[in-house]
Amino acid sequence: MRRLAPMLLAALAVLAVACEKKTQPTGEGGGQPAAQVPAVAQGGGTPAGDDVIVLGEVGALTGGQATFGISSRNGIALALKEANAAGGVKGKKLVVRVYDDQSKPEEAAQAVTRLITQDKVVLILGEVASSSSLAMAEKAQAAGVPMITPSSTNPTVTEKGDFIFRVCFIDPFQGFVMAKFARENLKLNKVAVLQDNKSAYSIGLTEVFRQKFAELGGKITVTESYSQGDTDYRAQLTAIKKTQPEGIYVPGYYSEVGVIARQARELGLKVPLMGGDGWDSEKLFELGGSAIDGSYFSNHYSPDNPDELVKKFIADYKADYNGAVPDALAALAYDAARVAIDALKRAPDTSGPALRDAIAQTKNFPGVAGVITLDAKRNAVKSAVVLKVADGKASYVTTIAP
Amino acid sequence: MSQLLQHLINGLASGTIYALVALGYTMVYGVLKLINFAHGDVMMVGVYMGYATAFALGREAQRSLWGVVIIFAVAMGGCALLGFLIERFAYRPLREKPRLTALITAIGISFALSYGFQLDIGFLPGASPRAFPEVIVPTEWFIIGDRDVVVWNWQVISFLIAVTLMVTLQFLVYRTRFGKAMRAVSWDHRTAALMGIPTDRIIALTFMLSSALAAGAGLLYAIKDTSVSPLMGLYVGLKAFVAAVIGGIGNVPGAVVGALLLGLVEEFVVGYAASTWRDAVAFGFLILVLLVKPGGLFGRVAAEKV
Amino acid sequence: MATPGATTLPDDMAGPIPPALRGLLPVLLALPVLALAEWTLGASPFATYLLSVVGVNIILAVSLNIVNGMTGQFSIGHAGFMAVGAYIAGVTSLSLKEVALSFLPVAASDQVLFVVALLAGGVCAALCGFLVGLPSLRLRGDYLAIVTLGFGEIIRVFVQNTEAFGRALGLSGIPQYSSVAMVYFWVFLVVLVARRIAGSSHGRSLWAIREDEVAAEAMGVDTTGYKVRAFVISSFFAGIAGGLFAHFVPIINPGSFTFVKSMEIVVMVVLGGLGSTTGAIVAAIFLTLLPEGLRSVFGYLGAEGSLAQKVDQIRMPVYGVLLVVLMLARPQGLFGTKELWDVLPRWLPRKKKGLS
Repeated sequence: MRRLAPMLLAALAVLAVACEKKTQPTGEGGGQPAAQVPAVAQGGGTPAGDDVIVLGEVGALTGGQATFGISSRNGIALALKEANAAGGVKGKKLVVRVYDDQSKPEEAAQAVTRLITQDKVVLILGEVASSSSLAMAEKAQAAGVPMITPSSTNPTVTEKGDFIFRVCFIDPFQGFVMAKFARENLKLNKVAVLQDNKSAYSIGLTEVFRQKFAELGGKITVTESYSQGDTDYRAQLTAIKKTQPEGIYVPGYYSEVGVIARQARELGLKVPLMGGDGWDSEKLFELGGSAIDGSYFSNHYSPDNPDELVKKFIADYKADYNGAVPDALAALAYDAARVAIDALKRAPDTSGPALRDAIAQTKNFPGVAGVITLDAKRNAVKSAVVLKVADGKASYVTTIAP
Repeated sequence: MSQLLQHLINGLASGTIYALVALGYTMVYGVLKLINFAHGDVMMVGVYMGYATAFALGREAQRSLWGVVIIFAVAMGGCALLGFLIERFAYRPLREKPRLTALITAIGISFALSYGFQLDIGFLPGASPRAFPEVIVPTEWFIIGDRDVVVWNWQVISFLIAVTLMVTLQFLVYRTRFGKAMRAVSWDHRTAALMGIPTDRIIALTFMLSSALAAGAGLLYAIKDTSVSPLMGLYVGLKAFVAAVIGGIGNVPGAVVGALLLGLVEEFVVGYAASTWRDAVAFGFLILVLLVKPGGLFGRVAAEKV
Repeated sequence: MATPGATTLPDDMAGPIPPALRGLLPVLLALPVLALAEWTLGASPFATYLLSVVGVNIILAVSLNIVNGMTGQFSIGHAGFMAVGAYIAGVTSLSLKEVALSFLPVAASDQVLFVVALLAGGVCAALCGFLVGLPSLRLRGDYLAIVTLGFGEIIRVFVQNTEAFGRALGLSGIPQYSSVAMVYFWVFLVVLVARRIAGSSHGRSLWAIREDEVAAEAMGVDTTGYKVRAFVISSFFAGIAGGLFAHFVPIINPGSFTFVKSMEIVVMVVLGGLGSTTGAIVAAIFLTLLPEGLRSVFGYLGAEGSLAQKVDQIRMPVYGVLLVVLMLARPQGLFGTKELWDVLPRWLPRKKKGLS
């Protein structure tokens, strides 16, 4: 203890000196962010096995978001199976290394580093949660390995650098879609919001929705929150009921929304619920039962879509996964994998920069979840559809373009 | 006014379920001085057992009175067995070892169960939540005003089941030989053993009882919130544990009071303050209680002597 | 690793070096070793990352050991202190991102600012540790544990609701200043502090509290003071660990600092043997590398194809089962209360020579 004090004092002195210096010379060193120049891609050399191309995938296979991670994994596996059945790419088979990140960003960072360094993957797919994707994006960008996130909607993800892409639309657009629909098609004046405080996705949509809905002349009566994993939302719903809204915006995931709908009806709240693509799953109808009928959500595509591609995807997915119907996350992951495969075919070789350029050139790519064109910010530009839930299925209502 | 009533109903509903789970923590703590971290996960397993039974029974049978009884019996019996196995193989060998050791095995079991049930291999259910069948067909029993407050039949039935379980437990602990033995073990298990009480058997029975109780609580919880997922044990378990501590861990009526208080506090924080701060307030309340009464509301402050 | 070997030095040495310098000597000895390690590892990002995680976990385990192992208090909210450190350091670094010290090259000035951020995080965490340590005036055993647990959860909720901390998304874009050398410098420091405490009269008081609080108090040990000090030191290093963590992941989010994380640290301490610093280190290394090792093993078993995709999920349940097996096989932890060097040479001839 006695010796600790002088050491602490010394540390403090050093600290004080440093502080003093740092304030004055801002002008000189300012504007020089730490060396974040993307390193030269080391992934150029083909991996050990010469007859295969290894892709990497990071997903939440356990933990709070496992259900989304597993859907994504299934979608990617299906896409690869099809590509391999069609002869692979450049005469080589495609394989994917899947690592579990337990729904934690630090595990995602670790897994992605392992994929890049140990497994020498040429391209990375993942994650669902934006925070995990952000962690991965830093690592992938630094190593110069392209990464495609199927379903991270937070705008900051692709801002990490030119190796990071996404095949879904971003939060601001989706929030805007539902605000516009609620105001102009449903003619609602007063809407309450119930957001998932644990999910950046939900918070992002809420922010945009509140802002846009107010701009369009509507009123937000109250914003309540729950945490992913909760199962009792009666307290929030009772508080919402007091404000007598004409609709409730619930931008969460189906795993919670189904139960929320039931409890809302149980408490006598009969107004329509509205949500985003997080709702899209067969499970929604199982969890929500008849309570979810009459609700609306924005999505990438409509299952009614007569498009052959969509039909084939759903049939194949069902055949591979015990009759499970793919959710939006599976569809987006399938698209992401197919965009990746397409880029692999077009790219002259499998080095990072070549692949990056090939992906960036993706135009009018026919995805299951909408036609994909990547813009200059490496985001997919797509229009959104609004679906109405009735009798255990979601049917097409309208399309809203960006 | 009607809103207040509604919040009161909601709070009591979650409070009674916390209470049933908290009782399990408190009983095990009473006899072993062990915080059984796997308790919530045992509850989760019980709910899945009930879920599987309900499916095996089919849609019609699960809604009959006998169907419900069978579902509860299977889940509670299955969990009692699970509780026995866990005690026998993970805790008993460590009985005379430092208390923290058993705690770590409890955590290990908790991990194995909650992550194991997230796998989608073989019979395991997979990570996504599932809808729990409506074993009690919902009907409205009371309606106040223009549907301002609605009381459903299953709310009343669940409440009655919970109260019955608690009264039975109270009877078991305070009016039977087994209960007397259990309290003796809790007081001092070495002396109890000298008095001819088969401590090992009593502890095993306590475990089975608390696990069965957890399964019952879990089923009521699943009926209330109509869903079941592998992580439910973690969330409910933590809250119930807090409730047990608020009441004074090791104290049976304390667990019930603590749980009801916690349920109401949570409900009113969400209803009248900010829903984002619910968990913080719940834990803040706990800390406050402990600062004022260091042994919990009903706990005896252990004057530790040498 | 250089650390355990080097720490034996100050313990029993009463050499010719002046006492004021003796505390610094191991530090001076360790620096070149760390620099060498950094230089050889620079090429492999995965090794760097993994070693950093291991290092952070060592800091957490060793610091928690000061409270849980040496003092016999039971803290299960260590992730909360880590979160405080991570967020404060993260915010500091983010706000200083554009700043550089004029008289130093950019890389060096970054490192200086990094240390400033780390210390800020550590000091804030220590402050929180002081606040949490205070209730130990009145609370004992499991009740204190619950308070620490509650603190951890409150911190998490607080972060989740604060815009400046990025809410659910977390803080991202924290500059990746951290290096293996920096992490192991702090590992080294925490081990040094822990060992120095264990060998000092301060440490003897902590042991006394651990063995019998009432008796210790009767003997005139200021139990409250010692307990609070143990808390403060332990949470300071947890804060540092959090700060380091924030600078190599480099995103922090409330989901990383849950109750489960706290339990993982407790597991490391208990598995290593309560009160054994080297035990905590070995357990931290082992438990951090175990999931990665399982990943490799499974990778070989089910190389590619459908099995490989399922295999990664099995790690966590297997981890749980392994914990149970390990505790049943060695209930007192790997080393009990002894240190590595107490155990190694005597393992075969005399197995038990208990301390109590």
